Formats: sequence, structure tokens, C-alpha cells
Amino acid sequence: MHYIYLAIVLAPLAGAVVAGLFGRWVSRSVAHSVAIGGVAVSFLLSLVALKHSLVDGAPAFNGTVYTWMVAGGVHFEIGFLIDRLSVLMMTVVSFVSLMVHIYTIGYMHDDPGYKRFFSYIALFTFSMLMLVMSNNFLQLFFGWEAVGLVSYLLIGFWYTRPTATFAALKAFLVNRVGDFGFMLGIAAILMYFHSLDYADVFAAADRMSGLQLEIFAGHGWSVLTLICILLFVGAMGKSAQVPLHVWLPDSMEGPTPISALIHAATMVTAGIFMVARMSPLYELSDTALSFVMVIGAITAFFMGLLGLVQNDIKRVIAYSTLSQLGYMTVALGASAYSVAIFHLMTHAFFKALLFLAAGSVIIAMHHEQDMRKMGGLKKYMPVTYWTSLIGSLALIGFPGFSGFFSKDSIIEAVAASHLPGAGFAYWSVLLGVFVTALYSFRLFFLVFHGEGRMDAHTRAHLRESPAVVTVPLVLLAIPSVVAGYLIGPLLYGEYFGDAIHITAAHPAMERLAEEFDGPWAMIVHGLTATPFLLAMAGLFTAWYVYMRRPALADLARRRAGWLYGLLVNKYGFDDFNQIVLAGGARGIGRLLWRVGDAVLIDGLVVNGSARVVGWMATVVRRVQTGYLYHYAFAMIVGLLLLMTWVVFLR
Amino acid sequence: MSLHIPLLSLLIFVPILGGAAVLAAGDQGPWNARPVALLVSLATFLLSLPLYFLFDTHTAAMQFVERSPWVPSFHVEYYLGVDGISMPLIILTTFTTVLVVIAGWEVIKQRVAQYMAAFLIMEGVMIGVFCALDAMLFYVFWEAMLVPMFLIIGIWGGPRRIYATIKFFLYTFLGSVLMLVALIYMHYQSGSFSILDFQALRLGMTEQVLIFLAFLLAFAVKVPMWPVHTWLPDAHVEAPTGGSVILAAIMLKIGAYGFLRFSLPITPDASASLDWLIIAMSLIAVVYIGLVAIVQEDMKKLIAYSSIAHMGFVTLGFFIVFAISQRGGGLQGAALGVEGGMVQMVSHGFVSAALFLCVGVLYDRLHTRLIGDYGGVVNRMPVFGALMVFFAMANSGLPGTSGFVGEFMVLLASFKANFWFAFLAGLTLILGAAYSLWLVKRVIFGAVANDRVAELQDLDKRELLVLGSLAAVVLVLGIWPAPLLDVMHASVNHLLHQVALSKL
Repeated sequence: MHYIYLAIVLAPLAGAVVAGLFGRWVSRSVAHSVAIGGVAVSFLLSLVALKHSLVDGAPAFNGTVYTWMVAGGVHFEIGFLIDRLSVLMMTVVSFVSLMVHIYTIGYMHDDPGYKRFFSYIALFTFSMLMLVMSNNFLQLFFGWEAVGLVSYLLIGFWYTRPTATFAALKAFLVNRVGDFGFMLGIAAILMYFHSLDYADVFAAADRMSGLQLEIFAGHGWSVLTLICILLFVGAMGKSAQVPLHVWLPDSMEGPTPISALIHAATMVTAGIFMVARMSPLYELSDTALSFVMVIGAITAFFMGLLGLVQNDIKRVIAYSTLSQLGYMTVALGASAYSVAIFHLMTHAFFKALLFLAAGSVIIAMHHEQDMRKMGGLKKYMPVTYWTSLIGSLALIGFPGFSGFFSKDSIIEAVAASHLPGAGFAYWSVLLGVFVTALYSFRLFFLVFHGEGRMDAHTRAHLRESPAVVTVPLVLLAIPSVVAGYLIGPLLYGEYFGDAIHITAAHPAMERLAEEFDGPWAMIVHGLTATPFLLAMAGLFTAWYVYMRRPALADLARRRAGWLYGLLVNKYGFDDFNQIVLAGGARGIGRLLWRVGDAVLIDGLVVNGSARVVGWMATVVRRVQTGYLYHYAFAMIVGLLLLMTWVVFLR
Repeated sequence: MSLHIPLLSLLIFVPILGGAAVLAAGDQGPWNARPVALLVSLATFLLSLPLYFLFDTHTAAMQFVERSPWVPSFHVEYYLGVDGISMPLIILTTFTTVLVVIAGWEVIKQRVAQYMAAFLIMEGVMIGVFCALDAMLFYVFWEAMLVPMFLIIGIWGGPRRIYATIKFFLYTFLGSVLMLVALIYMHYQSGSFSILDFQALRLGMTEQVLIFLAFLLAFAVKVPMWPVHTWLPDAHVEAPTGGSVILAAIMLKIGAYGFLRFSLPITPDASASLDWLIIAMSLIAVVYIGLVAIVQEDMKKLIAYSSIAHMGFVTLGFFIVFAISQRGGGLQGAALGVEGGMVQMVSHGFVSAALFLCVGVLYDRLHTRLIGDYGGVVNRMPVFGALMVFFAMANSGLPGTSGFVGEFMVLLASFKANFWFAFLAGLTLILGAAYSLWLVKRVIFGAVANDRVAELQDLDKRELLVLGSLAAVVLVLGIWPAPLLDVMHASVNHLLHQVALSKL
């Protein structure tokens, strides 16, 4: 199996290298064939690995590929940990990525950077697979930063657009702020555990639970809490949690296929996966779990609200991603790691579907993304319409669709949590259901129903997208429905086994297991439960406001102007970052340069000492006139003085 | 290990004599200076490879030793040898010189022979610094190094080259005068000029502090550390590309090397009691200089400031050893910091050389270094754009490149010393990315900014060879740094044992 695991990561890398480095010498079809082929190999071999674990019952694989370096008595190694958690992630990542690859043939068909794009997305898949398959923190950090790099390249893919290069830089820097915390967390782990290997760290975690560290003199902090929070800061960057969420909406500057890839399979799921992977550590710190839950709850509710005021079709979905990531994070905080991973999986399917469907709409609309210029697309694009409907129903958690099972489980898990902040989190995720349904169906109605608001030229060219676009939509629509029925084995069966560790102090999953009676009973129960009613209320409101009484939306906008302004300005995060943080750093930099370096060091010390030397030189120079009689006179005076001293003073 | 071939002498004198021959022949000589210089530098590089392949990684003792009297009346010896600390730096020197010769191939049109000769002589002298085990010999090479660099900047430099050369010369020369005094003092105490004897010499605390400060001034100027760094941006801006490359890749390393060869082992007690000073200077370099780098408008200045910030990691890694052992981190924890600093030195050699060469590529075409004069370069130079983005990423410490390895190790080690050291040093993750990638955004990306950019031609084969080979090295060291680290362990452990042993 060792070689199969190696092939899973190396196949997309090979595709990326061929399409990227040798792109000049190969044709477009060769480039996309090797990239797609590489990812297809990854997907098929991931299925083999899944079968190996699930059907053959093979134990978790934990092995080293090579020793990166030995330093300070620690072996830093590159290696794989293939257990139920990673094999599930590998399958989801490679499947969604494969769909995106195929879709790209259609979407990027006319782009001059076609081969470069395939190279990047294959590299993205490689990076994410390295991240999820890692058995140590070094490789985790490698994958962590590598997805950051590729997202930077992809967001800035259309590099002639100033907005795209700005968004790329912003994404990388915001992620770096998260990585800063993550790196400190890794350093703390090395200091206390003397190893970066997961197995060593998890085995020793219990012994560390009482340990304290003084950061500010006199205040002891639990080492594990510190480690967990520092690592979570990294997750806040990658998984776009408030206040490090600002890069994600801007990442819409990239081509649509990468939005699907970033939002569904790679990148943003990294943080969620990481916390689930570190469950043995997080379980030992209630403070960290509370922190995780509250941050997740804020993201889930408040970022969802922002989706209500966006007019760009992709941005609505982007804020929806932020909100859904908040749901996953809340689940992590409630110790329902398997539920978070479950929602990650269902979300990967339906969010990739929604993005690719949006891309299909964008192609048909000649790259127009403003929903106010759309409408009535149902009759032109039946496949896109029906798959979008499936995706939207899954997103709002309509009973029977995949999102229902995962989201309802999250709400139940939070209800069962007793940590500080759980009450706030519960109301946030509950009200979030209404918001989700409202923005999802606002989008749906504005795009597919009602009058067409596009110009005549666009209308004349409206048609369904080609098969390379619609086939991935259909292939993603299927799991968007059926993946939910895996709830039994995934959450309450033995699926995750030892991969996820929950202590007895956090009984949320036990409570859920007691109440669980199979997926059908859950649907029946769900049809009368509060979340369903809230979702229906949201759907109805969207229908009423945007289909029946379009004037209502304008009225609401005028009546609640301040709230609308707050939402449109995204709570001011961007302005604050731009003016205070970025502007502040440049201001301080300029001050240090102009005053510190130029005036103080160079002006006073360096040139000052040069001036002193120069001044002394001018004085001394007067003595050296070049006239012989001056020298002779000086010699005589000198001799006289010397003789005086010798004769009279000694 | 003793070889019959005096390998180190060859490494010093092949380039010096080769350079002298090129110089003597001149531009009108019987042969073209360029191929001869290339041949000499390649021969030197090949000669340096046995240092790695025949190196015994299990001993901390000096290897490839050559020793004979030089000035017997003052006990000055011709004493050469290398260990795991100096050996990688010698190979860095020989490798970089080859690239510099190729990089100057068509760019330098005037006084070609003198240009090539200056770099070859420079190479020999720098190798001399790294393998001298006699303090006088070291000092001779140390000062001799200034002359070719002075000429390189002064003759082939930019418009303000005179100001820059004088600032450079005075800074570094004044810095090293007190070092000479310290060396002579130790000679009187020990009756020898051997550096190894100096390391074994027992010294009182006051003596140690004075010697430590004398060394500090000399080495801090060379590194350069804040606040004696202001000569570097000026020197870089005025230097020709090749001069910048050698300056950044190798000359800066000599100061850091001095800390390992002199300060730490000769004055361990003073180092232990004054470590806060160096740590503070290093952290200021990382944060202060990082912020200054962000707002630079001249590409070379930006990279020069980035060099200072990166060298801050080197000195931080060297001097956190005391804090780590105090907190029970042991010698192994300390080794992580020192080795991290050494890896950072080697990596910075490649990455900063590459970045200066990138700026050189642009400068050769448009004759400006101002960021504002560029924009959208990748539209016309896709291959160059890809390489420059890669090196910028390496500069911001991306895992998978050599730039990550050293920073990672030093950060891990500094957490063991003090949370706040790691916190401040870790800011480089953000600052380094900010100045490197903002540079890339403004220069490489965007629409074609002006007509001159629109006429740019992509890399030719010669430029591609130089930048491509650097990219390969940066990538390989990032993916597999073990071979570099394996040669260091024995020497670093030996050094740490010396440091842990009080001389009082």
C-alpha cells in the first residue's frame, strides 16, 4: 500500500509539472489530459485505499517516506498517516478536484493561460493531499503553506487585473497572519513534546494537561490551551473565520473553477480537518473548545447576513461558504468532530455544485456576474437549473438532502454542549438557518425565475453549457443528495474509530447517538422541527420579497439604511485592515526609514562622525601649508620647547 | 583526514593566480578574459566539491589541514583547515562565483578583464577567510577582501558609487581595527596566533567582555546588524549586479561566521552575559528592518533591507543558545538554533543572490531600479516572471524552498528560549511575505505599465542558466535539507560544548 499512497500524491504533482514546466512543448489537450489523468489516478487509488480500510479492515497506516532532516536531536520526517479520517478526506478532495478539472476544459476553453491553469489546479490537489495525508506537523505545515501559495497564484490568475493581484496578495497575507499563530503552535509542540510526529504528540497529550507556561509574568497559562488556540489561529486563516475571513470573498477574483476548488475541497477545509485531526489535544482544553465554538458561531451567523446584500452571484455563494465554515467550526467546538467532517463532506459536494452551476450561468451570461442583470434562466438552462435547485436545497438543509443530515446534527450537537458560549452558538446556528435559506433562494429566484433582465444580445445567445460543464454538475448533484444517508455509519457507527478522540467530559456525540433512529426517522422528525420551519420561512420570505413584491426589498433597504450600510461595508473589516493595519505598517516603516535610518543613524552618527573627522582635518590642514619657512619655524619652536622641557622640567 | 594534495591552498590560489593572470593579460591580451575567468571559476568549483564528498561527518576536528610557519618570529603560521561550519560556506562561494562570472558575461562591456579578475581574486580571498585557522592569516584575508569589493563598486558602480564605497570602506574598516587589537592581545596571552589556541585560552570576565565587544563591532558591521547596517543599502544600490550578489551571498556571511569561530568559543562567558544585546539587535533587525523594507521604492534597497532582516535570524539562532540551556532545553535544543542560523546563511546566499540577479536582469534592460518604472513584466517575460515569483516566495520562507528551513529551525528554537522571541521573530512570516510579494505585485503582475516594459525581451539562455540553477538548488535544499545538516552536526556539537564550558 505504501506505493499506492505515494502515487496518490505524486500523480497530481506529475500532472502539474508536465502542464506547467513543459507546457511550452506540449499541446493543450496533452496538458489537460495529464493533469486530469493525474487527479483521476489519485481518485481511483483513494477509492482503493478506502476499500482497503473499510472492506478489508486494514489498520491505520503510519509510515515514513524519507527523513527531511535531523536537527536538535529530532527527526523531521515526511510521512503518511492513512486512517479513516484521512482516507475520507482523500476521497472527497480527489473527487471534487476531478470534477473541477473536467469542468475546466469547458470553462477555460478560450483562456490563453489554459495550460498554466491546469498546472495550478493539479498542484493545488497535490498540496491538499499532502496536507491531509501527513503524519506530522512539518508536512502539515508544508501542505498548509502550499495551498496558500497555489491559492495566491490562482486568485491572481488573471494577473493583468489590478483587483485580482490585490486579492491574491491579500489572501496570502491574511493567511500568513494565521500561519504566524500556527507556526508558534508548532514551535510550542516541539518544545513540550520533543517531537512533531502526531503519534508521539497524541500519546503524550494526557501528561501535558496540567502543565503551565508563563507568557506574561505572573500569569500561568495551560500549555495545551495555548497550543490549541495558536493552532486554531492558523485554522482561522485557512478556514476563513472572523476576523481572518476577509480574503475569502475577494478570492472570487479568480476563475470560477478555482472558487469551487477553494471553497469545497481544498484550502478552506484544511482548518476544519486540522482541528478534527488534533482532537486528542483539543479534547483536553475546554477553554480552546469554547473559543473555537464562539468564533465559529460569529462566523456562521454574521457572515451569512452579508450574503443577503451581495449582488454578485459568486459573492453570495462565497459568504455562504463563510457561514457554512462557521457551522463546521461550531461543531468542532462542541466536540462533534465527526459531524464537522460530515458537514465538510456534504458541503464539499453541494458547494462545488453551486459554484460550478454559477460558473455555467456566468458562461451563458458572457461573464456577467451581477444577478440584477439575470433572471428567467430556467427555460434556457434546464440542467443547470435542476442541479442548482438540488444544491440549494442541500445547502438550506431541506429534509432528505445531504445538508439536512449534517446541519441538523450540528445544531443538535451544540444544543447538547455545556461549554461556555454554547448558548450563544446555539442561537447563532439556529437563526443562521433562516438566513441561509433567505440568501440561497434570493439568488435562486433572481437568477432562474422572473423576468429576464439581460440585454437583447445576451438573451439571444443564452443556451445550456456543453457536456464537459453539465456532466460534472450532474455527478456532483448525486452525492449532494445521497451523501447524507451515510450519517449512520459515519457519525454513530464505528467508521472513524481511533482517528477521532472524544473524552467523556464532552458528551454531545453520545447524546446524539442515543436519539438517532436511522436517517428516515430523522427526516420524519426533521419535518416538524424548528430548523425546518426556519428554513421554510427563509425560503418563503425570499419568494415573497423577490418574486411577488420586488418593491419590498427596496423599501427594507431604505428603512434600515444603517443596517444595510453596515452589511454592504462588511462590518468595516476591510476598511480597518486597509487603513489601520496596512497603512499603519507602511507609516511605521516609512518613519523608521526616514527618521531611524536616515536622520538618527546616518545623519547623526555616521555622517556626524565623518563631519568631526572632516573638521579636525581642516584644522590640521592649516598646519600643512607647503611653505618651507613655516616648517622650519615649527621645527625651531618645537626644538625650543623640547629643550625647555628637558633642561628645566626634568 | 590528510590529503597529499593541498586542496585548501589550491582553492585559495587557483582563483587568485587565475585572476592575476586575467588582469595581467588585460582586455587586449592574447585571450578573451571571459572564457578564461569561467574556466578558472569552474575549476575552483570542481576543486571545492571533494571538500563535501571526502568530508568526515563524524568528527569535529579540522579537516584538510595545512600547517607551516609563515612569520616564525611572531608565531604567525600558514594554517588552514575546515570543519562543518566553514565547509558549506566555501562551496557556496565557489558556486556563486561561477554564476557571477556567467552573469557578467555580456553585461560588462568595459574593463572586462579587470572585472573578472576582481571577482576571481575576491573568491580566493573569501575562501581564505573561511579556512584560515591562524588569526593573522584570517585578518589579512579579512582586510584584503575589502579591496576588490571597493574596486568593484567604485569602478563598475552607479552614480553615487564614491559615497557608497567610502561609507562601505570606513564602516567595515573601522569595525575591524579593534578586532586586530583583540587578536594581538590574545597572542600575547597565548604565545600563538592559532584560532584553536585562542579558543582554549583561559580569560577573565573583563578581558572576555572587552574582546567580545571588539569582535562584536567587527562582525556586526559585516553581518550587518542593526544599528550598523546603513552602509549595506547604499553599497548594494551602487554596486553592479555581480558585486551585490557576492556582497549578499558571501560577504555578509563572514560576519556571522566570525561569531561562530571567534566570539562564541573564545568568550563564552561574555557571550552568555551579553546575549541579550545580540538577541535584541537581531529582533530589531527582523521587525524594524522588515517594516522599513516594505516601503522601499528601489528594488535593490528592498532586497538589501530584506537581507538585513534575514541575517537577523542568523544571529538570533546563534545567541539563543544560552537562554535555551537556562530553561532546560539542553544542548540539542540549542543545536537547533545554531544549525538553523547556519542553514539560513547558506539559503540566504542562494536566495538573495537570485533576487539581486533578477533585479540585474531588469536593470540591464531598462536601466532603472525603481519599482514605479515597472509593472506587468510577466506579460513580456513569462519565464522570468515565474522565476522571480519563485524566489520571492523563497525569500518569504515558503516551505519546500531553502528559505523555509533556516527560519523554521530558528523559530522552533527561539520558542524554547522565550515565547516573545519566537513571537517577534515569527512576525517575519507576515512582514517577509508583505515586502516580497508586494514587490512582485507591483513589478511582475498587472497590465503592461509603459512602452518600455512593452519592449522587454524574456530571459536569454545565459540568464536562464544562472537563475535556473539557483532555483534548482533552492528547491532541492527545501525538499531535502538533510545533506546540508549532516555535515554540521559534529562541529556544532563541539562548538556548543565549548560554549557551555565556563572559562572563568
